[in-house]
Amino acid sequence: MLSLTHVLVLGAILFSIAMVGIFLNRKNVIILLMAIELMLLAVNMNFVAFSRFLDDPAGQIFVFFILTVAAAEAAIGLAILVVLFRATRTINVDDLDHLKG
Amino acid sequence: MTFQLFLFYCFAAILLFAALCVITARNPVHSALFLVLAFVSSAGIWLLLEAEFLAIALVLVYVGAVMVLFLFVVMMLDINLDRLREGFWQYLPLGAVVAVVMLAQMVLVVGGKYFGLIEMPMPSPRSATFSNTKELGRLIYTDYVYPFELAAVVLLVAIVAAIALTMRKRKDSKYVDPARQVMAKRADRVRLVSIAAEKQDAPSPNKT
Repeated sequence: MLSLTHVLVLGAILFSIAMVGIFLNRKNVIILLMAIELMLLAVNMNFVAFSRFLDDPAGQIFVFFILTVAAAEAAIGLAILVVLFRATRTINVDDLDHLKG
Repeated sequence: MTFQLFLFYCFAAILLFAALCVITARNPVHSALFLVLAFVSSAGIWLLLEAEFLAIALVLVYVGAVMVLFLFVVMMLDINLDRLREGFWQYLPLGAVVAVVMLAQMVLVVGGKYFGLIEMPMPSPRSATFSNTKELGRLIYTDYVYPFELAAVVLLVAIVAAIALTMRKRKDSKYVDPARQVMAKRADRVRLVSIAAEKQDAPSPNKT
């Protein structure tokens, strides 16, 4: 029988995969954004699971708002990426050291 | 093993495979397409958990809008892939250790017997006439109407910010600024030149 633990463990594995993705693709901003989307998906999975097992629709409302904010974040992130590429002709994170930080 | 659990394992396997391919694929276009696969299979899991509206919204909003935006940007940029892949596997040991430790902690917490999550009974399935969309809509427009309005403002700000960031003035476009056009005066455009009148009998130089 499908239990809450199944879904929570799935969410944990998904989050860890996204974490490894951030380590591996530390130079490629596009894949970094995709890994962040995967992390948000893992969090949403937990929200939906708790909403089902506690029989409380408030969790689904929260997922709704997370989806909204994630869509806004992706749009602005990609816009920044396009402007960055237009200015420097690269999206390599190593080249983005103009601020000498 | 019930059929529901079998479906869950199928979708979970596809989801994890797609997630692994997203972070290791060589071509960013393939990564974006595998991310689409991950979203679709997780929408299947959400359907199993009776979150029908969110499953459809995930496919419509994410696969339909956000991933198309990703694909558009990936294909528009001319990226040097070889430089981005330099030292790709170099940080794998560190990342794997961090991820495995984090995963072990989370699994110990949610899978252990202390919280008793495994005994938590699945609530009985909803009746066929129950509408998840109707329930969510009722909640959004009553209890959560203020956050809902704020979400609308967030989306509006995102639209304005994305357009303001990416808009640029092209040098070669014949664009007329309406404000400057309205401000134009007659004196800016018309110049009166007084020319001395020619005599009638003088031979015109361009006469054939």
